Amino acid sequence: MAAISREEVAHLARLSRLAVTEEELDTFAGQLDVILQAVAQVGTVAAADIPPTSHSVPLTNVLREDVETPCLTPEEALSGAPDVEEQRFRVPRILNEDLAS
Amino acid sequence: MSDLTTKTAVEIAALVAGGETSAVEVTQAHLDRIAAVDDRVHAFLHVDAEGALAAARAVDERRAAGEPLGPLAGVPVAVKDVLATKGVPTTVGSKILEGWRPPYDATIVERLRAAGTVMLGKTNMDEFAMGSSTEYSAYGPSRNPWDLSRIPGGSGGGSSAALAAYEAPLAIGSDTGGSIRQPGAVTGTVGAKPTYGGTSRYGLVAFSSSLDTPGPCARTVLDAALLHEAIGGHDPRDSTSIPQPVPDVVAAAKRGASGDLTGVKLGIVTEFSGEGAEPGVMAVFRDTVDTLTKLGAEIVEISCPHFTYALPAYYLIAPSECSSNLARFDGVRFGLRVGDDGNRSLEEVMSLTREAGFGPEVKRRIMIGTYALSSGYYDAYYGQAQKVRTLITRDFTAAFEQVDALISPTTPFVAFPIGARTSDPYQMYLADLFTIPTNLYGGPGISVPCGLSDGLPVGLQVMAPTMADDRMYRVAAALESAVGTFTPPAL
Repeated sequence: MAAISREEVAHLARLSRLAVTEEELDTFAGQLDVILQAVAQVGTVAAADIPPTSHSVPLTNVLREDVETPCLTPEEALSGAPDVEEQRFRVPRILNEDLAS
Repeated sequence: MSDLTTKTAVEIAALVAGGETSAVEVTQAHLDRIAAVDDRVHAFLHVDAEGALAAARAVDERRAAGEPLGPLAGVPVAVKDVLATKGVPTTVGSKILEGWRPPYDATIVERLRAAGTVMLGKTNMDEFAMGSSTEYSAYGPSRNPWDLSRIPGGSGGGSSAALAAYEAPLAIGSDTGGSIRQPGAVTGTVGAKPTYGGTSRYGLVAFSSSLDTPGPCARTVLDAALLHEAIGGHDPRDSTSIPQPVPDVVAAAKRGASGDLTGVKLGIVTEFSGEGAEPGVMAVFRDTVDTLTKLGAEIVEISCPHFTYALPAYYLIAPSECSSNLARFDGVRFGLRVGDDGNRSLEEVMSLTREAGFGPEVKRRIMIGTYALSSGYYDAYYGQAQKVRTLITRDFTAAFEQVDALISPTTPFVAFPIGARTSDPYQMYLADLFTIPTNLYGGPGISVPCGLSDGLPVGLQVMAPTMADDRMYRVAAALESAVGTFTPPAL
């Protein structure tokens, strides 16, 4: 049985903000199914009482000295932006999303 | 080919310091070599000739003024395109960052400059460091100087190809699942993954933040150790950087070069000593074990039962972290923006931008990660993978109570032909079978050339405990003293 359907892959693509094509969906559905069936092997390890590891370095609340250091100028910070207006990142319309759909 | 391009970093630094050649001459020789061969090798995405010559002139001026020079002053270095370089294009092998010029340097790049090394340019890589062949680079694959029809490994195949083609004596890579060690193995060069947190991630474009580890690549073990020393150590700008000094890897490499491993106990990982590897690779590995024994090492077999699950655990953890990290590519602050016609919403523009900017492997991993982190699947996939990570760490800890270091082949197979594994993504993942456990544990690992199988290089992997990077350099240098270095056919 397939681990993941074409419809589920389409849903994942939407969650991932990827406007994938119908052709890509066909390819990805098969490939993701192979990958997910293989990685599902982790489920065969008896690990119910094992604590998870998120990170190999056990450090918490790492802070640096509270001293002033040089930082980017507004021009530098905006230098790679696709669209800029009045020292700000200019973005496409974010209000009235409903009208677009 | 100029004599200067076949020299080691140690030799070049000595010639520059002694005034027998200049940093400018050395740099020009490497730029000439790049001009002569890189149309065939395609190791570089960007060559910064002007910046390199300026940096070389600065070294020559410092020498002329009688200022002290560091052990790598005047030595050219090629930098994987995953590190931010101020004013120099940084693409991560992706179309989504095409043309981006970072406004700052990564810590490692700052340290390379401070050491007086000369950055030649940026090397090719699988997009966002996801891959084992450079075939997932948006700018086309690099080629293996041993056989131009084959892959140079990945993701850092540009760096390894540059070394093997004598375009650079030193290179920087980054290793999330094997991306320094596997390219080293298949090109007959040395690649070291430092202890996680031993080298700074500041300015390294993030793929999987709990695994990403930048590190040194070279043609000799001592050169790699010197580069490791130059770039390593605590960085307050990286919150996962370990606040301890770099282990003395240079002294360890020099000690190992004597070829004496008396008193060193090495463990062969049972799970990695047969199944899944090519017979030719295993034959070279067995010869290497004999060589290490002759050098005085005591060798035992050690079972690490959970290593078998490292590959599936990794391919849940790394994509999960990637799906989160790559959310920053939204077409707003840097990089590509597609479809902004004044009518489309932010979300539509974002989806069109990411669709156009990311290649297929990056899309697959983002979707796998999104799946593994979604409610209902989290416990069975991501959560379970994190528990397996604990068990793998325990396997390492138990093994290092019995031995000083573990050994295995670096990669199950020699360099494969371009195109052989791209149609089945999981076949590509198998290239990292032996390198991944080290990343999940966070310890250091090195690949050192140990022989040839059908005329193609095979690497020995040495895995050491966290913050004991010096141990692997000692073993690697001893092996190198016995088997020598490996030179590909002339290009």
